[in-house]
Amino acid sequence: MDKKLRIKVFEKASLCRNFEINAFNYSKNRTIKIPIYLSAGQEFTPATLSTLIFNKKIKPLIFAQHRCHSTYLSFGGKIENLIVELLGNYRLSNTRGMGGSASIYSKEIKMYGHDGHMGTQVPIGIGACFTSRKPTIVFMGDASAEEDYVLGALGWASVKKLPILFIVEDNNLSILTEKKVRRNWHMHEVARSFKMRGYDLNDNPKEIYKYQKYFFKEPMLLNINTNRLFWHAGAGKDSDEIFDRYLNEKKYLGSIGERIDKKIKQKVDEIWRKQLEKL
Amino acid sequence: MAETVRETIKKIIRNHLKKKKGKVFGQCLTAVGWVGGTLPELYEKDGMIELSMADVAGGGIVTGSALMKNRPIYVIRYQGFNWYNAPMIVNYAAKSKEIWNTPCPVFVRGIGMEGAIGPVAGSSHHSLYFRMPGVKIVSPMTPGEYKKIYKSFMSEEEVYYVSEHRGSFNNKKELIDDITGTKDFVIIAISITRFQAIEAKKKLEKKGYKIGIIHILWIKPFKISKKALKCVSNSRFGGIIIDDDYVDGISNSLANKVNHLTNKKIFTMGLSDKSAGFHKKVDNLPPNADQISNKILGILNNAKK
Repeated sequence: MDKKLRIKVFEKASLCRNFEINAFNYSKNRTIKIPIYLSAGQEFTPATLSTLIFNKKIKPLIFAQHRCHSTYLSFGGKIENLIVELLGNYRLSNTRGMGGSASIYSKEIKMYGHDGHMGTQVPIGIGACFTSRKPTIVFMGDASAEEDYVLGALGWASVKKLPILFIVEDNNLSILTEKKVRRNWHMHEVARSFKMRGYDLNDNPKEIYKYQKYFFKEPMLLNINTNRLFWHAGAGKDSDEIFDRYLNEKKYLGSIGERIDKKIKQKVDEIWRKQLEKL
Repeated sequence: MAETVRETIKKIIRNHLKKKKGKVFGQCLTAVGWVGGTLPELYEKDGMIELSMADVAGGGIVTGSALMKNRPIYVIRYQGFNWYNAPMIVNYAAKSKEIWNTPCPVFVRGIGMEGAIGPVAGSSHHSLYFRMPGVKIVSPMTPGEYKKIYKSFMSEEEVYYVSEHRGSFNNKKELIDDITGTKDFVIIAISITRFQAIEAKKKLEKKGYKIGIIHILWIKPFKISKKALKCVSNSRFGGIIIDDDYVDGISNSLANKVNHLTNKKIFTMGLSDKSAGFHKKVDNLPPNADQISNKILGILNNAKK
């Protein structure tokens, strides 16, 4: 993976991170009144995937669930619309106030809304992919992956050899219950047992890059180990010890990373400010 | 020559696959019997899609197909399977238009039957869908009704729950309301009970009572003509709603509605409040003509006191 591409990924991640920091602050001061599910810490999964997929000139169908702000932003969703959604503005919101943080929907980027039941996006995404035969990307968490209907649906997707990519954003937590308490098996092994490609990796863009050659050729599952910086819901921090991929990448990119972060922070802060004024 | 409900459904499905290029999903569709003879002998290449036995996931896959504007037909061989098949239909497909302005129309064929087949395969379970917004519930028992509701589905963007019953598959006749003149009492019947309600009416009329009958096709939204309501409000002793599901659901809810609209007492009758077993002594069947007429006689006798 060349540095140019890595910078591109960092730019997207920076947009997501600075968005989430604003959302965190506005949630903390109660400007945002609905529950929000922040994706800070997990930005590099959608930022890297969208960069690689767009490079292939593919605009996939996207199915996600809560903690999907970074998915929406990385795949080209309008930041202004997401702010409106979080502020619950009835008049301007894409979903007339029906969506909220947990159910981001965008016709423009072909991102379908979520109903609130964890993991339902997996069979629904598979059905959409089966009928349309369009490249489809389905995001789920390590907890959603445990849903019985997720497992049954994965098996069917494998039988039908669909052009679909399953991403498990594995932050090791279901609210605060660790994976090892809930199960003794791994999703990439489950995928392999269903006779599809399954890999376990971390959210380093260089790692994700290795698997792009398989995207949408047949079903594949990537279990990407990542870290949630903030609480399951709302504006709070579980620990200061959590590894932060964003800081790591910024350090790697040195002054370029600093510059990008500063520039995008200004831009994102300004959009938030303007949107808040408008509302 | 008139065709049966079975032949009508089969023809509609063939047309849906061949001409409309739609899809039909379900489990064990292409097996012996072809779902009571209601499916044409077509396969995946024609759009007849075999789902795996993962019940809950199956409903999600169909929902995803509907999001792609395919108007899928989802066959649920026994209505009780809906407990596991319905979750994503009612929580996603039915709400998609309202929440995201993205229609997700699915035609769900829930097939009822009963008699020594236990609590899941037996009876109708349409009350299960009733509380959810965005779902239309119909229960066609005649060829004409089935054609009408398919046409309606194809022209709309909603989820249809079509509460079928195998007991109606051989039926060729249309069922007509009797709402003329002043009645002593009116039977409002749903699903398979409509056939036994007709027999009960005959029995009561032999005893000298004037009995009206209203056949319900549209359960949700509840459609009942003004003339039919007038028949109930002009009746001497009100009416009764008969259903092939437990009364604590659609029947009691609709009885409350009709009561408000007519200011008459509306009773209900459906499955007993117990699980169905397999031996005839412990089965749980929909009310038959004797049970219906006896129940009505009891109501009429009480009312006269």
